Amino acid sequence: MSSERSGADILIETLTDLGVEVVFGYPGGAVLPIYDALFRQAEQPNAIRHILVRQEGGAAHAAEGYARSTGKCGVVLVTSGPGATNAVTGIADALMDSIPMLVITGQVPTSLIGSDAFQECDTIGITRHCTKHNYLVKNPADLEATVREAFRIATEGRPGPVLIDLPKDVQVASALSRPASPARAYAPQVEPDMSLIETAVEMLAAAERPVLYTGGGIINSGPAASAALRELAALTGAPVTSTLMGLGALPASSPLWLGMLGMHGTYEANHAMNRADLILALGARFDDRVTGRLDAFAPSARKVHVDIDRSSINKIVRADVGIVGDVGLAIEAMVRLWKERGYDQPDLAPWHAQVEGWRAKRCLDFPLSPTEIMPQLAVQRLYQATAHLDPIITTEVGQHQMWAAQHFGFENPNKWLTSGGLGTMGYGLPAAIGAQIGNPDALVIDIAGEASIQMNIQELATASQYELPVKIFILNNEYMGMVRQWQDLTYQGRHSHSYSDSLPDFVKLAEAYGWTGLRIEKPDELDDGIAAMLAAKGPVIVDCRVAKLANCFPMIPSGAAHTEMILQANEVSGEMDDEARALV
Amino acid sequence: MHIRPEHLERHTLSVAVANEPGILARIAGLFAGRGYNIESLTVAETAEDANESRITVVTSGPAPVIEQIIAQLDRLPPVRRVVDLTAQGPHVERELALVKVRGLGDQRIEALRLAEVYRARVVDATTSSFVFEVTGGTEKIAKFLELMAQVGLVEVARTGVAAITRGHDTN
Repeated sequence: MSSERSGADILIETLTDLGVEVVFGYPGGAVLPIYDALFRQAEQPNAIRHILVRQEGGAAHAAEGYARSTGKCGVVLVTSGPGATNAVTGIADALMDSIPMLVITGQVPTSLIGSDAFQECDTIGITRHCTKHNYLVKNPADLEATVREAFRIATEGRPGPVLIDLPKDVQVASALSRPASPARAYAPQVEPDMSLIETAVEMLAAAERPVLYTGGGIINSGPAASAALRELAALTGAPVTSTLMGLGALPASSPLWLGMLGMHGTYEANHAMNRADLILALGARFDDRVTGRLDAFAPSARKVHVDIDRSSINKIVRADVGIVGDVGLAIEAMVRLWKERGYDQPDLAPWHAQVEGWRAKRCLDFPLSPTEIMPQLAVQRLYQATAHLDPIITTEVGQHQMWAAQHFGFENPNKWLTSGGLGTMGYGLPAAIGAQIGNPDALVIDIAGEASIQMNIQELATASQYELPVKIFILNNEYMGMVRQWQDLTYQGRHSHSYSDSLPDFVKLAEAYGWTGLRIEKPDELDDGIAAMLAAKGPVIVDCRVAKLANCFPMIPSGAAHTEMILQANEVSGEMDDEARALV
Repeated sequence: MHIRPEHLERHTLSVAVANEPGILARIAGLFAGRGYNIESLTVAETAEDANESRITVVTSGPAPVIEQIIAQLDRLPPVRRVVDLTAQGPHVERELALVKVRGLGDQRIEALRLAEVYRARVVDATTSSFVFEVTGGTEKIAKFLELMAQVGLVEVARTGVAAITRGHDTN
């Protein structure tokens, strides 16, 4: 850029040059110059499209949904003070789930920073530890280099949110843009160490009871990583399980698929982990929801851990072999080496037979009711009605999220958007909006709970404004179900403040926002209701009334080992000791 | 229910960082946010490169936590290098203390005599007080303060540890 430009123009031009197509945001005093620059570029080719949310938290989650479903970087634009603080939950969520996100926050003019000015907050201080990195830019000449570096940091290595705080005077002032200094280049390790790949492949060839334990890193690495995983599984015959974040990397229809592991994982996945002699952890981080009691976790397995973030290796579980690098490249290298060495598929028949034995427990079965819709059944019927459409599913957080993870089968990556690490209620609706913006022709469904959906309900208007045909399928049990479930399990059923009182009429609420509202109350209405939802042209809320007291099983109680799963409600004791109570 | 104590190791880490605003808050906040200990922390621009500072952190924790601290520091974009001097081997650790001692008569003479033994320099004196400057390892400083406490110590300012590897190699 040869002539002097305002900071706001430099920002928009740099974002355009980086290929940014969409920005999710909300205007305010400290970002008016940027909004004016957006207005002035709207008629240009490659113009950035701005999606106006109804609260800044919605912008951050929408950017997450956009990023997770497209593999691109989500971009957020909000004002200073409350604009920034409202976005913080979504930023923290993106950090926990490794979502590439660039957040631009307005700031009061540099001369007023630190003076408790109107709508001032210490955005850099507040977001320092919930971003991968953040910047306060005080000179418009530095802005282009900062935006380019921020974009790289957000998208390369382990992805995450990067924030740029931009004082209003810096948006207005003009400067010649300066290129970045090469000394500051961010260079995470992506190429795995080949000698370690060799060791891993040799261990895999020699293993009698291998398990591939996959995570969100495979989704982040891109579709090639999922393709490589499918090939590695086929070559080795190793059964595959996944974390919540990694669902879809291996098709749920694969005979090698064990289902999700961990607290609400399947009996076969958790028992396979427990009995494995080799665990290949691929882009997963041994979260406490996955491991259960650590000293009983996979006691007889050697562990190979591949992760692009060195700090994930040995953080929770000691790895026998730790491989730092891009998980897709690592799996491709393993596949290549396996073929070069001419390994045959090992004879894993005894191991597969053992897995089939656990599978025969049919741990996801649930008691049916003639009068009430079981929530698991609702998810199953929704899956059966939509599977051929390869839908994108988002969720809120709680029981419905776990039932969706258990009973909806994912065949492809980037189709499952959920708040895994932070566990943010209110994620699903804005994430669905972001996903629909990024995938205009896709069927996008937010499987929600009646409590979670109210946390970002204002975003109904965003979908109305942009004519986004998102579907919200509420499993309405009139409880914060997961809270109530834990009260049942841990506090002898004392339901302290977990009843969803004073619920709105979701059908009327939908209509008030120009959506279609449907209600499903009886099991025999379920299929017709789902069909009506799919037949409706625009956005739809389905208020699906489900059994009020159903709990989510199987479950590993807190502080228990993988082998101590509760399969059905009648195995629940209703009490726990303090050690278990102290765990989240 | 009781919280179980763990075996702690003490490590001195040398962290080379890009000299940008907020870097100290970023490092200190990482320790606070993840519950790591800081026994001492020093930071200053280094001469080798005007755009680089060196932070020396003395920390303690179980061995896996020390490993995690290094990995967590290493992944911050402005952090260029992290060296665990304790694990790496021979290195020199020094800190400086300014020690104010009040007293008259024999007590004053004894303070001066002990200061000489510890090669502490007098950097300020009145008829009723001294300020000593003493440098050395953490143990030496601790021992000196223990002795001064018996002869009128009233105030101390310490720098915390600065450390560097022995030999001709650099980090």
